[in-house]
Amino acid sequence: MSTNKVIHALYNDDDVLMDAVKTVKGANHHIEEVFTPFPVHGLDKLLGLPQTRLAICAFLYGLCGLSFAIWMTNYMMIENWPQDIGGKPNFSWWLNMPAFVPIMFELTVFFAAHLMVITFYMRSRLWPFKEAENPDPRTTDDIFLMEIPVHDNEEELTALLSTTNAVEIKVIEKH
Amino acid sequence: MYQFSSKLKITAIALMVIGLIGIIIGFVSAPSTQAEVAEILAHQEAGHGAHGDAHATKEVAHHDAHAETTHKEEAHAHGHDAHAAAGHKEETHAEGHGDHHLEHVLHQLQNKPWAAFYVALFFFTFVTIVVFAFLNIQRVAQAGWSIVLFRVMEGISGFLPYVSAIFIIFVILTAFGANHLFVWMGEGVTDPESANFDQLIANKEGWLNVPRWLICSLVYLVGWNVFRFLNRKYSLLQDTAGNLTNYTKNYKLGVAFLGFFIFTESMSVWDWIMGIDPHWFSTLFGWYVLATFLVCAVTIIAMVTVYLKSKGYLEVVNDSHLHDLGKFMFGFSIFWTYLWFAQFMLIWYADMPEETVYYIQRFEDYKWIFLGMIPLNFILPVLMLVNSDFKRIPQIVLGVGSIILLGHYIDVFIMIMPGTVGDQWGFGITEIASILFFLGLFIYAVFTTISKAPLIAKGNPFLHESEHFHY
Repeated sequence: MSTNKVIHALYNDDDVLMDAVKTVKGANHHIEEVFTPFPVHGLDKLLGLPQTRLAICAFLYGLCGLSFAIWMTNYMMIENWPQDIGGKPNFSWWLNMPAFVPIMFELTVFFAAHLMVITFYMRSRLWPFKEAENPDPRTTDDIFLMEIPVHDNEEELTALLSTTNAVEIKVIEKH
Repeated sequence: MYQFSSKLKITAIALMVIGLIGIIIGFVSAPSTQAEVAEILAHQEAGHGAHGDAHATKEVAHHDAHAETTHKEEAHAHGHDAHAAAGHKEETHAEGHGDHHLEHVLHQLQNKPWAAFYVALFFFTFVTIVVFAFLNIQRVAQAGWSIVLFRVMEGISGFLPYVSAIFIIFVILTAFGANHLFVWMGEGVTDPESANFDQLIANKEGWLNVPRWLICSLVYLVGWNVFRFLNRKYSLLQDTAGNLTNYTKNYKLGVAFLGFFIFTESMSVWDWIMGIDPHWFSTLFGWYVLATFLVCAVTIIAMVTVYLKSKGYLEVVNDSHLHDLGKFMFGFSIFWTYLWFAQFMLIWYADMPEETVYYIQRFEDYKWIFLGMIPLNFILPVLMLVNSDFKRIPQIVLGVGSIILLGHYIDVFIMIMPGTVGDQWGFGITEIASILFFLGLFIYAVFTTISKAPLIAKGNPFLHESEHFHY
């Protein structure tokens, strides 16, 4: 009785997958992982995953970008190389602030977006030349895959899954 | 079917009556002679004196002696203060400064009740028409999520005939000289022989003339109402229809309306708002005003929805629908800020006198409410609605919605007031009464319309998708 046996149930539609997840959850089985070719709305809630904290990171990164933009415009335009642009001499940062608003906006977005993507990759353990972890290459194309660990209940699970319109059900020995 | 509760109906009628009384008080108490204006100005001077300003006290003494010349001295004494703009204007005219100033202030004070009424009228008209435009955007985009809110949007659009009737009366009265809201309508402004001649306005005579203004204003208002009437008719017919004919008609009608609206919206805003400051112009003004009212329109839809839901109606509306409205409130708030700032920054950077005069007046006479719009319309909505969960909580949507409506009402106030009453503005009985009157009429018209049809547009082919909408 090995515990690293898993069942892979494959689906070809996100709505069918969602119904299947509901059925499996309803029968009190643990779902290890679901692989999908695109984000499926509401799947995280159905699976009971904890809410992402990426949004909080994004907000903090945005604040960093804003602060950086304020420091940068002040250093470049006021301290280091003041110029008289359009009759508006760069004597103080505050009086020239309207001209810096686009820079502050862009750097806020730039920091939030790029650092959020990097954070997401790091949290998902993705980096260049990394071996793919998804069990079936078709999940990057058009197939949704649900992975359920088997605890001596292979027949029961297979019977349950066969009622959920799965296109394929297979038992795999995981290493 | 919704039942218009008698409690709400009485509240609406009470608001209208209180509002009407306040508006009448405003019109009756407006000064009618220059002597009264001189007295009012003397009171204002005395107010300054009480703060212990030696100059002001001296001026009050002068004031009693020769009321009509005081202002000239005061303009000199304060140099760059609020009166400088008015003082500058006077210099262009040859005859008697003092008399001319009194006449100017008299016109401003006589404008005050009209302008207060006009701010509320314009605000409610545009919220209503933009709600209708939002409904048509949903129809044309064949959006699936919003079908359960269609009857709410149609209900709010039901205010359009009422407010348009008042607007048409207002437009006709204005065109025939009942008020001085639009300086370009003044006598002799385009006549080179006249003392009132204004070259810049004369250059724009092709657009800024009363017949064109009146006809266009009527075309906008009547056109919008025709579209609204047909839209509602087909929507109700679709409820019991066995096929999609009426749905298709409404789709085509929506396309036509949006085409008509995007032009008439910009043009009506030039006519009704930008014409108040006829020397000044901004090429993105139509978009800017549209952004203001998109925020307000979505907010009003959310508020009416939350109200109906709290009374036990609209069972199929879930927190995902509210979430989507919240996202629109959040997004359009940022869109408004973007346009508000883009308009300001270009004018600030270019620094051309005929453009900056618009902002100089706002910074001098309206500084705190003008800058107060940034927290009200941008910072607070963004911080309070940025959280995904907050957009699903009705109390938070109502709270932020109130802040947004207040901020954008101030926005409209600052669009209209500086060009009509200048530094004589205030927020008194007439201003509040105008809001109450239109709010009462709004509640009455909207909930009457909502009570006349089932709350779910059950003939719409996308209804099923909307009922099961989840995020």
